[in-house]
Amino acid sequence: MKSQGLMIAITFVFALIIIIDAFFAIDFISAASTEIQNWGTIIASLALALAAVNLIRIHSRRIRLRRGEWYNSVALLTVMFVQTAIGLVNRSTGEVYNFGFNNIMTPLGATMYALLAFWIASAAYRAFTARSIDSAILLVAATVVMLGNAPIGESIWSAFPSIKTWIMDVPNMAAQRGIMIGGGIGAIALGLRILMGIERGHLGGSDE
Amino acid sequence: MKTGVVFQFVSLLIVCIGIIYYIQKARNGTTYVIRKIAGLEAIEEAVGRATEMGRLVHFSPGIAGLDGVTAAQTFAGLETLGMVAKLVARYGARLFVSIRVAIVLPLAEEIVRQAYMAEGAIEAYEPECVQYLSSQQFAYAAAVMGIIQREKAAASILLGGFWAESLMVAEAGFHAGAIQIAGSANITQVPFFVAACDYVLIGEELYAAGAIASGNPIKLGSIAGQDIAKLYAIILLVIGILGATAGSNFLVDLMGK
Repeated sequence: MKSQGLMIAITFVFALIIIIDAFFAIDFISAASTEIQNWGTIIASLALALAAVNLIRIHSRRIRLRRGEWYNSVALLTVMFVQTAIGLVNRSTGEVYNFGFNNIMTPLGATMYALLAFWIASAAYRAFTARSIDSAILLVAATVVMLGNAPIGESIWSAFPSIKTWIMDVPNMAAQRGIMIGGGIGAIALGLRILMGIERGHLGGSDE
Repeated sequence: MKTGVVFQFVSLLIVCIGIIYYIQKARNGTTYVIRKIAGLEAIEEAVGRATEMGRLVHFSPGIAGLDGVTAAQTFAGLETLGMVAKLVARYGARLFVSIRVAIVLPLAEEIVRQAYMAEGAIEAYEPECVQYLSSQQFAYAAAVMGIIQREKAAASILLGGFWAESLMVAEAGFHAGAIQIAGSANITQVPFFVAACDYVLIGEELYAAGAIASGNPIKLGSIAGQDIAKLYAIILLVIGILGATAGSNFLVDLMGK
């Protein structure tokens, strides 16, 4: 528990320096704030090594025990080691190193993003079912907004774009701002609980 | 003081003083009743269901890191992870925590390990239950989707900062037949969660989840203190509306100071 107290004290002091730096132009506070944030970046980079150890440990165990679909673990570890070796030799700006990213990672990422359209269609099909008054309102509002956005909507009725703009700018914006204000206040309250050592869940600890 | 931040600084002070005042009142014995959040109530049911079915409970603290404006969402997710891990340890269910940001990994591992220790079930703790998947957004999403569908997860709890992967992961959970409890303060992702999940924690509910679930009166005091901040926001809104209606921009000017 002593180590928890130390961590809470460090968190409090460092956060205070960063907060003061956001509002006041004090040279030594500004320098300290930059230094703290640089250290944060360094620690985050070191955490990547922990993540790599986690991956290697889990997947090598899976291969050793021949657990279901263990061959995928072989593929993962092979690619990981090969790409690391290429990076060490060819540097992260090298042509060979970037070949893998540009021809495998980027297209795969783009494919996943493109698949989102199908997930949206699937979720929208379920959400836009008028089972209650709430969902009926959602269905009508969504239909009007879609027709207001699509050129065919204006062809059917010229008022669709205006109604869509009103829905987006008035009820939709009001709800969004309400959620954002509440979220902002909630984030400040959580930050205060963490800085005051009341919330210790992230330290694996118990209550105050 | 830097220019353009005076109003922000004063507002931050007002909000903090209001919250700290309520925390101190709670410390002095005042108790507060906070409304129940359906999504939080459902977590125990979801873990219980997973235990009965002998299937997985998936938890994700989101894809945000521990720095920047979205860090609070990750911390909020991690606070709730402790509660979920305790329930899993108590019931003897299986937990899988998927991680996208490397620095969140040691925190999540420690939270889960401590939760098993607190429940006296440390022998049931498997280090493999907290797994780093990928720092690439869609690689992470693909891995989570694959695990949820292969393992036929009975519950999927998504609490933290999510972006475009939110719907992919939520749809994977839906098709696996999982009870889904999600929460995010990212306004653009909330509709996706509403469409695909059983329970959704919206905005401030995410930040309050850990505090409400703990039942700790001091934490509940801080939630009650948020009402002072909301009152302040409402007063500003009313003044702004009246000023704008009268054709005055004095509040906008004041906010820019």
